[in-house]
Amino acid sequence: MVSVHNRKFVSADPEKCVGCQVCEYACSFNKEKTFNPIKSRIRAVRVNQIANMAVTCRLCEEPACAAACPRDALIQSRENGAINIDKDKCNGCGWCIEACDYGAMMLHPETKTVYTCDLCKDRPDGPQCVKWCPEEALTVVTSDVLAQKARLSAIKKLFNEKT
Amino acid sequence: MLGYAGKILYLDLTIGKSYTEKLSEETAKKYIGGIGLGMHLYLTKSKKGTEPFSPENPLVLSVGPLTATMFPTGGNGHAFISKSPATGGVGESVSHGTFGTELKRAGYDAVVITGKAEKPIYLLIDDDSIQLRDACQLWGRAPSEVEDAIKEEIGDFYVRVAAIGIAGEKLSKIACIINDKTRAAGRTGLGAVMGSKNLKAIAVRGTNDVTIHKPEEFFNLVKEFHERMKGPATQKYRTMGSTENLMQQNSMHCVPTRNYNNSHFELAENISSTVINQHFVAKIIACNSCAMRCEHEVVIKDGAYRGTMARIEYDNLWAFGPNCGVDKLNSIIKAAERCNYFGLDAQSVGGIVSFIMDCYERGILTKENLDGIDAHFGNASAMLSIIDKIGKREGLGNLFADGVKVAATKLGDKAEQLAQHIKGLEVTGYDLRCLKTAALSCAVSFRGADHNRSGAVTIDLKGKVDRLKAETGRGKLVKDLEDQFNIIDSLIVCKNAKNTFYKDFEEMTKIYNATTGLGITQQELETAGERIQTLAKLINIREGLTRKDDTLPWKVMNQPITEDVPAKGAVVTKDELNLMLDDYYQTRGYNKQGIPTTVKLQELGLSDYLELTETKEA
Repeated sequence: MVSVHNRKFVSADPEKCVGCQVCEYACSFNKEKTFNPIKSRIRAVRVNQIANMAVTCRLCEEPACAAACPRDALIQSRENGAINIDKDKCNGCGWCIEACDYGAMMLHPETKTVYTCDLCKDRPDGPQCVKWCPEEALTVVTSDVLAQKARLSAIKKLFNEKT
Repeated sequence: MLGYAGKILYLDLTIGKSYTEKLSEETAKKYIGGIGLGMHLYLTKSKKGTEPFSPENPLVLSVGPLTATMFPTGGNGHAFISKSPATGGVGESVSHGTFGTELKRAGYDAVVITGKAEKPIYLLIDDDSIQLRDACQLWGRAPSEVEDAIKEEIGDFYVRVAAIGIAGEKLSKIACIINDKTRAAGRTGLGAVMGSKNLKAIAVRGTNDVTIHKPEEFFNLVKEFHERMKGPATQKYRTMGSTENLMQQNSMHCVPTRNYNNSHFELAENISSTVINQHFVAKIIACNSCAMRCEHEVVIKDGAYRGTMARIEYDNLWAFGPNCGVDKLNSIIKAAERCNYFGLDAQSVGGIVSFIMDCYERGILTKENLDGIDAHFGNASAMLSIIDKIGKREGLGNLFADGVKVAATKLGDKAEQLAQHIKGLEVTGYDLRCLKTAALSCAVSFRGADHNRSGAVTIDLKGKVDRLKAETGRGKLVKDLEDQFNIIDSLIVCKNAKNTFYKDFEEMTKIYNATTGLGITQQELETAGERIQTLAKLINIREGLTRKDDTLPWKVMNQPITEDVPAKGAVVTKDELNLMLDDYYQTRGYNKQGIPTTVKLQELGLSDYLELTETKEA
């Protein structure tokens, strides 16, 4: 199993995210050849006008979604930590949706099985939301790199350097 | 016919019944969507002389063929169209945000609402399910509160809401329709049309797919436009915001100040975009699908209005700043927020407050008429008190909640000279005395005083013509821009992103075809722009508007600029206006009275409406 330190997931920088929902369009088109946010693996959330952030699967250690599935339909990939979903086993019961703290597990409107971010494993250029995000608010990163970035920006701020 | 939902929803609030009709390919190609389709539906579904607040007056809500796609700014627009209570002619207003996307996904290109509900209701469009739900608890509440309450009631965070405030309920002719909390279909008083139908809000949820004709071509265009949006074409909007106009225009002396008493605001530095961005902008956010994001969200950090949040653009900054002689940003932001709260068109509210102040300083109005308010120019707290009374239609609000034209008629000749409106719609922040192409464009604008019907003001501001001169040829400049803006408002794309279309019609045709697969030619799209303009004109002609309504406010024509600048002495004389009108009408294929000729109507495929013009052709 890939170590949690090396597990890369799609992360949104709330400072940069402007709530444009381009990620939703890019995702749903790549995955389903249609523009439809309810078929997107990433969702933009606007809590109020100044609080915007896109959310998708965090590739958790010991993922609650997989643990909650009574049919063992959700298996975490040993290679990259993504959640693989066995559509034949999934019956759309939604326990994994309840279990996920991030709302990253979703029920497909047509197949009635769950789906989540697979990091666009079918695309050589990686996650399409990251590619199309006009604000460069999305990145594919590990938690360790996120921590590094946060430290750097905090210290730069302290010394009034441009971030 | 991809891109389009292919369906129009008709709803009668009186009997609570709805039905749908197919949107034909022919109608789609002819009127595109947005205001074009909306005005077409309005004209065909309404009768001559219908009062704006009559249940028979249809309120049309429409989206465009690009709505809910990823095309930057194309994804997010919607338009309201009806007879304007402010002008008595065609009323239309476009708004952006996210609201339109849900309507498209719910499966509709347009909704035509007629009738009047017995008691306050809101309309829930949930795909095929059309529900009229009780809104008694929502009556009297602000649009943003209504949005939260409906989300709570439906139990869906992603429901999108367009609602009216108290002003719309009380049939204020300057009421707007607010969506996504800070976005407004602001102009022409359509919030009051909603109010007259007891329709507090429209909530939409759509789950259908939106697919496009040629994905590869479409995504190449998206990529190209994403790049352009990061470049100089959108720099102003992305960085300092449209408020940057203030200092630029101020240096040119074309900022109407204190209700056109001056053309320059000597205190402008106190409210410049630099100050706004340094001290108030909390976040710049985007509408759906946009790659440039320009919505400058400001928050007041301290003082009596601490925590107030609003969106500031040049338009409302001007309306409450220079126009009222106010140089306190806290108060200007508060005024903008109050307008959102009451559901008022900030442009028109600024117009009415400055009108009151002008009347007060000239002794036409006194404290007694104004509930004891000392309405001097520059008195920020007076401005806010007036806005509150207009919003609630209390006290002085009874006289002023319907805009400057209605108020001036009641106050007499002297007041009428101070009423800065065209066709009943209050003017915007560009001094028309020294921006003569803009003056023509505002005079002929079918919805009344507004720079956004053509953007001709940029021709003057950028020095492409002598802005102080009225001459033959301006008609063509205005016509071409109007045709473009009609397509912009029909596709619907954002006017702030207009400059990203390096080759206007050519690229609009490309994106239209890549999305819809309808394969129209550039010429056909240009003709559609012209057709939409003439269609709007036909509505106005049917409702009795004539050449004499294509005019300018009294001050623009009679009160010269006094400051010692190159524009000193500038006014638009009657002769100048007539020269430009003749030129414009001729370019448009209209007769001297501004009536489209039979030949022109036939050329534009509008022969169905010949009866509207026949008796008037001279």
